[in-house]
Amino acid sequence: MKMTARFLARLTRHPNDDRVHWLAWALLGLLLAALPWLVAAGFGNTWLRILNFALLYVMLALGLNIVVGFAGLLDMGYIAFYAVGAYLWALLASPQFGLHWPMWAILPLGAGVAGLFGVLLGAPTLKLRGDYLAIVTLGFGEIIRIFLNNLNAPVNITNGPQGISAIDPVHFGSLSLARPIDLGLFELPSLVSYYYLFLFAALLIIGIAMRLERSRVGRAWAAIREDEVAAKACGINTRNVKLLAFAMGATFGGVAGGLFAGFQQFVSPESFGLLESVMVLCMVVLGGMGHIPGVIFGALLLTLMPEFFRHIAGPVQQSLFGSVLVDPESLRMLLFGLALVLVMRYRPSGLWPSPQRRREIEDVQHADAPADVPVSPM
Amino acid sequence: MKPVLLRAEHISKSFGGVQALKDISLTLNAGEVYGLIGPNGAGKTTLFNCLTGLYVPDAGQFVFNDAPLVSNAPDKTVRQGIARTFQNIRLFANMTALENVMVGRHARLRSNILSDILRTPFNRREEQATEDMALQLLHYVGIAARAHDLAKHLSYGDQRRLEIARALATNPRLLCLDEPAAGMNANETAGLRQLIEAIRADGISILLIEHDVQLVMGLCDRVAVLDYGELICEDVPAVVQRHPRVIEAYLGSGAHA
Repeated sequence: MKMTARFLARLTRHPNDDRVHWLAWALLGLLLAALPWLVAAGFGNTWLRILNFALLYVMLALGLNIVVGFAGLLDMGYIAFYAVGAYLWALLASPQFGLHWPMWAILPLGAGVAGLFGVLLGAPTLKLRGDYLAIVTLGFGEIIRIFLNNLNAPVNITNGPQGISAIDPVHFGSLSLARPIDLGLFELPSLVSYYYLFLFAALLIIGIAMRLERSRVGRAWAAIREDEVAAKACGINTRNVKLLAFAMGATFGGVAGGLFAGFQQFVSPESFGLLESVMVLCMVVLGGMGHIPGVIFGALLLTLMPEFFRHIAGPVQQSLFGSVLVDPESLRMLLFGLALVLVMRYRPSGLWPSPQRRREIEDVQHADAPADVPVSPM
Repeated sequence: MKPVLLRAEHISKSFGGVQALKDISLTLNAGEVYGLIGPNGAGKTTLFNCLTGLYVPDAGQFVFNDAPLVSNAPDKTVRQGIARTFQNIRLFANMTALENVMVGRHARLRSNILSDILRTPFNRREEQATEDMALQLLHYVGIAARAHDLAKHLSYGDQRRLEIARALATNPRLLCLDEPAAGMNANETAGLRQLIEAIRADGISILLIEHDVQLVMGLCDRVAVLDYGELICEDVPAVVQRHPRVIEAYLGSGAHA
């Protein structure tokens, strides 16, 4: 993992060496294209599914990164936007209301509605920062979940805790991704075609996030994160720019949610609890807040690591002690928690922070006196 | 007679029981360097904050360039042509010097989030122009060599200069400097004085809060003196220096006995 990270970092550092650059990107593209086949062949479909979820989490983490990493607004209810996107798909493409809208209509709508919810969340929190903002956003996330849980009476909209099932899979006309697609020479299994779709969406979101980071609005977000009063004095309308951060982050969540509903073909409020929000936040912080490659890395790691622990916890105990002493399910969360603690203790700026952010943290740690260096923007 | 650039009309502001500004009216002419002095706690910075939209005055209004300033809208104030620096430097500490100045351009740019994402040709041109102009401004204030250093790694004097460059990036007609020479040594102060004179020569008016009496008296065309939230005198430096109430405010009532 670390070697790949170093390799990628070297890539991005030498944009002038065109040939090497081009070749490396081509290799990366080839690897990404071949990955689902390799994973399916080597580890089976379970891991391919996990990989697909990892891509969804990459989108979520990048969305939250806009709010937390770029604009410095601590959002603990981010999963609500994922829920909005997912339920919108579920309601517009399932027997629930007998609607079967196509993807090209639902996904943009989902992004838009989630963005609107982002503004709804942002508006009352404009004057809040840090802990206070965290509490309000946490409440918002829970409100959305509880609504979904209870909107089955007096009029049944969401089906309550049972959730909505038999949701339409992602489909292009009559071509459904839920069934293998016959390409003549070979067949594209459902999980693989979903992988390509998710990969495409994730790459699109990565591209958007990268462009936003280096732009007028990206600079304004960073300015607000650093010093809101100074940002105002620079002519930034902090209200609008903050709302834009909430809305933009939420749209990513809405898209990921829609894709989730189409992939899973089932949604229930259970999938959108507080723990999910916390997980996505962990991905952002652990990977390297504000640093796009780091956040992607964090999302992949935090999706794959618990699954990895789950799969090896049993066999390893078997071979060491001759029997399974601790339930793998609880052991995996224990190991996961331990890993989080260790990372935050030894790499407080995240596993793969931007060079700039690493310097910030080191400055804070090495300051002898409690200097006037602003502490982490959270 | 120079045209009037800024008029403060009967500005009052109090915090709880403390009246920080009492019915302040003053006039700043275009092209002037206008000094605002007074003992600590006299209300100078409060007046600055009211002017730049960070505070809402309880009464009164500012007229800038013949248009009333909208209160409580710092971004609009900047658009109308008023920029400021802060008494305790407020830079974007973890951004580079260049980025700091580029943020200052914000209100003058027309890219929006859509053109940022699509990277339209217009957007590319504007970004390039912004970067070029930011570099130029860093040259202008004399810290171009530090363009790619984080703002917090700059020396104190350079941070002051960077803050001025960032304010200039907003294309102001009036630049408000809140104690720019505070904490500077004689050398740095002399450099700052040159910089302020250069800015004035470029046609930007300056409103200056400063404790360094020599600097104020040497630089300013006119000076206003505040004491306990009241305007006690507004005139050319030579007159202000001899004004009995000014001497009293600074040295106590026994001083001119």
